[in-house]
Amino acid sequence: MNVHEYQGKEILRKFGVTTPRGIPCFSVAEADAAARELGGKVWVVKAQIHAGGRGKGGGVKVAKTLDEVHQYASAILGMTLVTHQTGPEGRLVKRLLVEEGADIKKELYVGMVVDRATQRVTLMASSEGGMEIEEVAAHSPEKIHKVAIDPVAGLTDAEADAVASKIGVPPGSLPEARKFMHGLYQAFVQCDASLAEINPLILTGDGRVLALDAKFNFDSNALFRHPEIVALRDLDEEDPAEIEASKFDLSYISLNGNIGCLVNGAGLAMATMDTIKLFGAEPANFLDVGGGATTQKVTEAFKLMLKNPAVKGIFVNIFGGIMRCDTIAEGVIAAAKEVKLGVPLVVRMKGTNEDLGKKLLKDSGLPIIAADNMADAAQKIVAAVAAH
Amino acid sequence: MSILIDKNTRVMTQGITGKTGAFHTRLCREYANGKAAYVAGVNPSKAGENFEGIPIFGSVKDAKEQTGATVSVIYVPPPFAAGAIDEAVDAGLDLVICITEGVPVRDMIATRQRMLGKKTLLIGPNCPGVITPDEIKIGIMPGHIHKKGRIGVVSRSGTLTYEAVGQLMELGLGQSTCVGIGGDPVNGMKHVDVMKLFNADPQTDAVIMVGEIGGDDEETCARWIKSNMRKPVVGFIAGVTAPAGKRMGHAGAIISGGKGTAQEKLAVMEDCGIKVTRNPADMGKLLQSVL
Repeated sequence: MNVHEYQGKEILRKFGVTTPRGIPCFSVAEADAAARELGGKVWVVKAQIHAGGRGKGGGVKVAKTLDEVHQYASAILGMTLVTHQTGPEGRLVKRLLVEEGADIKKELYVGMVVDRATQRVTLMASSEGGMEIEEVAAHSPEKIHKVAIDPVAGLTDAEADAVASKIGVPPGSLPEARKFMHGLYQAFVQCDASLAEINPLILTGDGRVLALDAKFNFDSNALFRHPEIVALRDLDEEDPAEIEASKFDLSYISLNGNIGCLVNGAGLAMATMDTIKLFGAEPANFLDVGGGATTQKVTEAFKLMLKNPAVKGIFVNIFGGIMRCDTIAEGVIAAAKEVKLGVPLVVRMKGTNEDLGKKLLKDSGLPIIAADNMADAAQKIVAAVAAH
Repeated sequence: MSILIDKNTRVMTQGITGKTGAFHTRLCREYANGKAAYVAGVNPSKAGENFEGIPIFGSVKDAKEQTGATVSVIYVPPPFAAGAIDEAVDAGLDLVICITEGVPVRDMIATRQRMLGKKTLLIGPNCPGVITPDEIKIGIMPGHIHKKGRIGVVSRSGTLTYEAVGQLMELGLGQSTCVGIGGDPVNGMKHVDVMKLFNADPQTDAVIMVGEIGGDDEETCARWIKSNMRKPVVGFIAGVTAPAGKRMGHAGAIISGGKGTAQEKLAVMEDCGIKVTRNPADMGKLLQSVL
């Protein structure tokens, strides 16, 4: 689960990290009031969407007068912000963060992730703040410093100081940098984050260390113990189809192609998508109905796929294990009848009660195209869509 | 022989009285030597009772001492799963297979740290389990699709493992052992750990390695294979079409920071001399071609 920058900063402040003072706003009037309340001479008006690259897309502006705050807030609120992370369709801006301006002397990068290889939380830091860290990693990997943090000892002062020095924090600012890193680590661990990025972390003219941005992802497996994080969820930032799918315990992701696929199991679902591509078409979605699919779940899955107007055909790929093929066949038949299916449907079934499942489909009188294996099925659906 | 488990393995179920644990313990018991293999259940509040004749103990330690079970399978709910693994490790079991899906990553980081220097091996969490066909099944895979033979299978995904097995069976090729290592980012045995066991197993002739996007476990395994493996290995990686930044069901199946793409993994595997296919319907045929 992702949260907005202003929410990430609220979390960081709880763990003793210093950030610029700021106020989240949902209207231009609120932005005006926020700037007056913050006082000072410089403000930053920042679009709040769950995507990076906001500055380049025109979603972050520095205002030198209250009039400018008003002007920028009016321009950004309601704009469709396109960044390299939003896709070409962009994201509608519904929230702003108005912050006091900061005296930036140097921009640094600090991130944390769970590293699979070391099986530890890993701190990553670079002197090249403000840039895309992937680019730094690609062009000058020596500028990224990593510490795999011992889960028992936690991040030590020595480790924090060593990393801070390597990324150019001057000796006078080390205590503040250390406090920042401890705060970030505690926030990461105690909130069950899976990723945190502070880009940039800044050094100010007077030697202070401030988190100017905050990006957090949280481990969805751990949300059961974090109602305070769940409360930060912003459904406007999520794909409506994915939200609908989660209500029925379906794992669904929208993609750009025109062949809907319904599969049991995440790995097989990915392999099914790959097979569609291999035979010259593109999948419209990833959809894993899971191990315990019922007729109702299959019906909901069909409805979900068909809500996408791009879908011109459906490929059902089931390996019946504990879940029997006849159960799935019944679900497919019920769903096809209920949604009055108007696009070609190819079903490939294998495993438990395969013959019974195939017979049910055949006897249903529905125009279902049967297939023997994944490649055969993919070729059949690609051909059917082309001919349809 | 086989790897990890065989007909002489004695198993306890942690979470035997829960819906999933009860259901799958029944099916596992019905498979091959299951009746003799499943000797204990663990539930702290039901010690002294039994589950359809299988005695229930209050702790893993008690179950081990009183039945001789050395392997545990875990079905307890996600908030308690890492604690269940810890208990099995502390009791000194040989192998723990954690089926539970949805275990918090932070819990697994702590558990893996505790396991350092201990002898216990871990498979999972979020995995289908391990089967040595016609001998013993520990997990949620459909037993009847398998047959005893000489091909090893190792995979991060459940149904894709069954798919590989199904293809082998169509060609008349049985399996020595099939291991589903699971799709979580912080877990127990990786591809390379299982591959080492297959390499050393005289009853395994060749291995199918099925991977997916995310992490670099497949690359690590491929490099090990290049310099050490004495048997043919074929591979498939799911997720060529997966977009970056989108989690594909499994917690570990995500391309992040441009790393962990299927193309990259396939390229490394090919460089290391592993025959790969981009067509998942061809896994079985590819394996047959290297025998």
